[in-house]
Amino acid sequence: MCLSMTDPFVQPQEDTAASAMAALAEEFAFFDDWMDRYGMVIDWGRKLPPYPAEWQDAAHKVEGCQSQVWLASELRDGRLYLAAASDAAIVAGLVAMLLRIYSGRRPDEVLAADAARFLKELDLIGNLSANRGNGIAAMVARIRALAARAAAEAL
Amino acid sequence: MNDARILDRPAALDVAAIRAQFPILREQVRGKPLVFLDSAASAQKPRAVIEAMVHAMEHQYANIHRGLHWMSERTTEAYEAARDAAQALLGAKEREEIVFVRNTTEGINLLAHSYGRAVLKPGDAVLISAMEHHSNIVPWQMLRDSHGIELRIAPVTDAGELDMEAFATLLDDGRVKLVAITHMSNVLGTYTPVERIVALAHEAGAKVMLDGSQAVVHRKVDVQALGCDFYVFTGHKLYGPTGIGVLWGRRELLEAMPPFLGGGDMISTVSFERSEWAKVPHKFEAGTPAILEGVGLKAAIDWTVALGWDRVAAHEQALTDHALARLSEIEGVRVLGQAQDRGGVVSFTLDGVHAHDVATILDRQGIAVRAGQHCAEPLMRRFGLDSTARASFAAYTTMAEIDYLAEQLARVRAFFR
Repeated sequence: MCLSMTDPFVQPQEDTAASAMAALAEEFAFFDDWMDRYGMVIDWGRKLPPYPAEWQDAAHKVEGCQSQVWLASELRDGRLYLAAASDAAIVAGLVAMLLRIYSGRRPDEVLAADAARFLKELDLIGNLSANRGNGIAAMVARIRALAARAAAEAL
Repeated sequence: MNDARILDRPAALDVAAIRAQFPILREQVRGKPLVFLDSAASAQKPRAVIEAMVHAMEHQYANIHRGLHWMSERTTEAYEAARDAAQALLGAKEREEIVFVRNTTEGINLLAHSYGRAVLKPGDAVLISAMEHHSNIVPWQMLRDSHGIELRIAPVTDAGELDMEAFATLLDDGRVKLVAITHMSNVLGTYTPVERIVALAHEAGAKVMLDGSQAVVHRKVDVQALGCDFYVFTGHKLYGPTGIGVLWGRRELLEAMPPFLGGGDMISTVSFERSEWAKVPHKFEAGTPAILEGVGLKAAIDWTVALGWDRVAAHEQALTDHALARLSEIEGVRVLGQAQDRGGVVSFTLDGVHAHDVATILDRQGIAVRAGQHCAEPLMRRFGLDSTARASFAAYTTMAEIDYLAEQLARVRAFFR
């Protein structure tokens, strides 16, 4: 009912988080050159659904040191839908990857999928526990907290 | 590896010989030679520093200031030699005026906590500037909130210089008792006009603390000629180890200050009723200090001083001029600040491209720059920016590295077009 053209929440392209990661990895492996890879990541970011300006506020802001990231969520039919944006192009691309993995999934599936490790294995982010650089670690933590809360409320 | 990138153009400083002393500069990152342009955050270490610390651990190490045995005496001598080196570096009158701290941040916190509470009275004002690092903002805010001092901010002009007219006005009512200001901005590279600052402040009855974290690396600092009352710097930006820095203060001021931390090594007598403090500087140095880091700091100071300050300054001036010229050729690059007197730190933005993206792409080419707010959020807001990229230079930086930065920035520009 609310899935209009302007829906800011990301619709899943794959059936599961695992298949989304596999699809991303396959597309990523298509390029050897890092400039090409970043070109693709940036393109993913540009294709994120428009994020509403009114949600670019303190409540939706994910604390990151170097770039700004905003995240909104909605529970629909027991699934966690996510919308997000960043003012940095590469970070926006990483955010798009996270949302392709996590958005539209059941909370237990979100909690089971380790997207941070996936991005690290692709060498797109550094050591998560220590890196306050791009806010991706904080974003993953926020998404997992949302999923944990949704899972607890469903009990 | 492209040799042209590490060979320097003719300069007074023998940069190739200097680079040969930094093992890390032979490293590759992501398959490319490391181009390290983040020395303002922390400098790399020459072999002299590395070997001094290893030598101490292998041949000459014990706790200091207390053991009546050979190893302790030798280690105490090696550690205290760092105090002599720091005294000479700053031109301090007495070695006892050198207080070892962990870093600049701790030095300023010591001052805010001790001088701030013992000498400053509620209602007194502390004057900082709009181009301070967070380490010279937050301790004074904490003092304001706990002790009732007023915190005043001297503005920065569009050119990135201290607004001296406003600075003088802020001193007018005589309530400012301490001016705490950077000697060189970590974002703009601007040197502050210290002689004028000191003259105006002293005339208004205020003491002056200089944050020398950046300046001490690039220029000969003589605290007596500058006329300031406190000077703080950290070792790790001066080619030395982390974990050690210096707070210099005039002896009479340090003597009027109570200790910051209590414990061993800072007392003369202790009973359960009361304790008496050791003399300066030891009353500020509670507990076992950073012994090995002191040894490393001494080596770092000796190494830097041996380069010759004139040659260091000339080299970094040439690097900065070259960087400003090369960056100005790239469409959309804007350099923050146009101060007359500036050192080897260049912050810039690229129109339409976030600094985070600039740094990420440069990193893939082996270039280390910093991106973000540089621990100076208020200054970023002053210039209406969320973040900048920053390239910073050291004695081992080459002209070829700056050319490489410019080439790669042009690529970044084309990439995001």
